[in-house]
This record gives sequence, structure tokens and C-alpha cells, in this order.
Amino acid sequence: MELTREEESALKGEQGETMQMAYRILVATGEATDAEKLIPIEWAHLSGVNYNTIGDAGEEFLSSISKDARVTVKTTLNPMGFDIDNVSNYKLDENFISKQLSIRNSYETMGVIPSFSCIPYEIFDIPKNGTQVAFAESNAAIHANSYDNLKTNKESAFSALASAIIGKSPYSSLRKEDTPNVTIQMKVKNPNELTYGMLGFYAGKVGDTSVNISGLGEMDQRQCKAMCGGMGTSGTCAKFNFSEGDPNTEKIDFDEKEMQNVHDELNTAEKGDLITLGSPQLGLDEISDLTAKLKGRSFQKRCMVFLPRTVKEQAQKIGYITELERAGCEILSDCCTCLTPLICKDDVDAVTTNSIKGAFYLKNSNGVGVNLKSLKEIVEDETR
Amino acid sequence: MNKILVSGKVEGTVLKSNDPINFLGTVDKKTGIISDKNHNLFEKSLKNTVLVFPSGIGSSVGAYTIYSIKSNNTAPVAMICKKADLTVATGCALANIPLITISDKEFELIKNGMKISLDTDSINLIHYQ
Repeated sequence: MELTREEESALKGEQGETMQMAYRILVATGEATDAEKLIPIEWAHLSGVNYNTIGDAGEEFLSSISKDARVTVKTTLNPMGFDIDNVSNYKLDENFISKQLSIRNSYETMGVIPSFSCIPYEIFDIPKNGTQVAFAESNAAIHANSYDNLKTNKESAFSALASAIIGKSPYSSLRKEDTPNVTIQMKVKNPNELTYGMLGFYAGKVGDTSVNISGLGEMDQRQCKAMCGGMGTSGTCAKFNFSEGDPNTEKIDFDEKEMQNVHDELNTAEKGDLITLGSPQLGLDEISDLTAKLKGRSFQKRCMVFLPRTVKEQAQKIGYITELERAGCEILSDCCTCLTPLICKDDVDAVTTNSIKGAFYLKNSNGVGVNLKSLKEIVEDETR
Repeated sequence: MNKILVSGKVEGTVLKSNDPINFLGTVDKKTGIISDKNHNLFEKSLKNTVLVFPSGIGSSVGAYTIYSIKSNNTAPVAMICKKADLTVATGCALANIPLITISDKEFELIKNGMKISLDTDSINLIHYQ
């Protein structure tokens, strides 16, 4: 990889230890991905926030570098482990809470916007077409590349942090060129968000860095997010191209049989003890729609609803939150179903969700059973 | 293919694994000892070795494990892989542990217990003592 004289000097440590480490990360990442150079980025979105995933090593590392590391571009942040407004309602120990708050403090000290959201594309303005960004949250990277005309690779927590500090990323892979290895033809009729989540999960398995996809028809935001979330969970692929692809590209069908395979892999329970909605977190349109669906109805079991704090505040002003709480929803901002410490297999055997991304992590990280249902079925079956 | 991912100049004794390494969950982050019974380096210490293995696997959070063993003075002095993966690359970058990749042929030549020196500024990256 070619470095400018200034970049070489930073790599040698002439701009301090933190810059040196950040350059080491980008050079190592760039060499590993055959980048030719570093290019400027305008926005970084960081993962590695939830104490449940990064642990003591992550907390100590962030605390140490936050003494002098500062971000130099707009930088937003993934969800953490809980919502401070209602954390006392859940069984989280003091150590978890204090370590999580230390992580929060480190990021804020570095100048990161404490958005605690996995849907930055829905709560922040999108820069102009073709802008290079560095998104570490997989569903956000896929959404940015596929729907928002931005360019990012599927960054790691570390490459995104180094990019936030330096304001550059290695010029490689999807930033440079887009060569879909396969065209997926959607053959399942009458799809809902669960179908699109399974389609995304399938695409992530067969895709290399990007895929073509055809036969989709009109999709709402919930379905788009479900598809991006599904893809981000199952592989390294980070882009949908909405096209047939050229005639030489391999074509494969996503049909009822393939869908059933994904369903069988992730659906491990007949029913759930509680329901979770939001992985990715819900946006204002989804909250509005959920409120309408729950009019005059109430959940018969616990239902956790995950959303960004900014969406919660807007929804509060409109009156949605009062209505959702009346229907029995637990409203949680700043955190997400994905890798939540708030669901523990000691208390819960199985969870009902309409999220494929959520299902994957509930099954593999929380170790609970998963019962997949679309939102429509959840409202029909679980409310009265 | 030869790549320099993290540069540096060190020498040490080779600890070689033919299994890939998942740093998260396989390596004790305090002692630097391989704690996974199913790994061919089970109970071996990584401390001060030149760790030679095909590649890293598993969660990118494993990069923090590499950072931890370095902080606890139980890390290898260098790592040599056949294939560059992002977890090991970023972990070595965080911890400032020299990391290079080498060809399959050269990988076969390196034997457990060999004393070698590594210098990323030299034309021959590896010097056999």
C-alpha cells in the first residue's frame, strides 16, 4: 500500500502514539484487503460499544486511548447494553452498569456522538451520492451501500475507530469496485419482513462482497431493514445490487425450499415466553405503524421494543410511547435485541421475534430458543 | 504471498500450530496460554514466542484478546501466518506485534522450536539462526 509522506511519518510515531496505532490498524487492514492507498471518509459509525461483547479488555482499551484520541470526522455509535432510564427494572449487576458507563464516557471523551443506534441511516442526514464512509455495523453498512448511495466496506470495530481518528480508510473492495458473484432471483410469493430477513440471510451466505438481486417488487422500510439485517448476520457480503446482473453471472433462486432451510436453522421453538421487536432498532415510521396495529389491543406477554433515543423522544411528543406502554410494550432506547444482556436463558426459554438478525444472536449468544413470526402474526396471536 | 501487516524487528523461538487460532475463547487473556482442549497447542504458552499459524478465525473481538495478552506481557513477540485475516491483523496492530504473511512453501519450512529473527526492513523477512 502506498502512503504519503505525512502518513509514513504518522506510522513511524512522529504524530504521537495514538495516531501511530490508528495508522497501524489502517495499514494492517489495508494490506490484508489489498488496498492501494488511504482515501478520505466523511462519516464513521462505530461498533464495539456493548460491554456484553467487548468485555473488560475493550473497556480498558477504550479508557486508555480516550486520554488523547479524538475523532476528526462525524462519528456515530452503535447501541450499548441497556437504557439507563429503566435499567433498574432488569437484572443487571453493578459491575456491568459501571463498565458500560465507562465505555460510554470514553467514546464521548473522544468526541463521538452518543447515538447508540444501529440505524444511523434512518436518524441522520445522508451525505451526497458516492460519499465514502466507514460503517462497522453490518446492517448499516449494507443499507448505506444498497439504498443510500454511500460507499463503505463492512468495517471492523477497530478499522472504523481508526478511520474516525484519522479521517481516512483503505481504498479496497467495495470502495473501489463492485463485482457481484451471483444473482439471486426472489421466487417466494407474498413476502413479509420475515421473508425478506430470510432472503438477506441466504444472500449473505452465497454472496462474496456483493450480490445482484431481482424479483423484489415494492418494499417498505421495515422489509428493507430486515433484508440488510439478515445479510449482515450470515457472512461478509455488504451490498445488494437491484439488478439482473450480466448474462454470465451465476443465477440462483430463493424459493420456498431455500426459505424453509433458513427457517429451520433459526426457528427452534414453537412459542416464546416474551416478544422482542427491533433488530435493527425501529424507526419512527415503524413505531407509528406499530401504534396503529395495537389500537385497542394489549399484549398477553412481555414485549420489548428497541428504538434509538431520538426516535423515542419524537414518538413521545406525538403520543406513540404512551399508547405503546398502554398496550404492554417495554420501551428500550440506546440498546437492541442483538447481543442484549437483558434476556437471560436462566429466566427465558424462548423468544418470539420477527427479526432474523435478532433470532441469530438470541440463539447463538443468549442461548435461548427462537420462535419466528411476522409482526402481523405477532399482533394477531399475542394481543387481545 | 509475502505481506508486511505490522512492521518490526524481533527474534524468538517458533511455536507452530497447523490449526487456525480463534483468539476469543481459545487463548487465556491473562496468561497467554491456549485453554482450548481441542487445539493442538493446548496448554502451551504464547509468551515471547514467534507464533506461526495458518490464520485467525472467529469473532473480531478476538483482536482485544491480542491487545490484552500484550498488556499482560504474555504475548508472542511476532506472528507469522499463511493468510491475513482482519482479526489478527487489527489485534497485532493494536498491540504493536509484528505480523507478516508467507507462502505455503515457506510455512512448511518453519519448524516448531526453530530460532528465527524477523526484520520487516530486510529483503529476507525471516532469518534462520
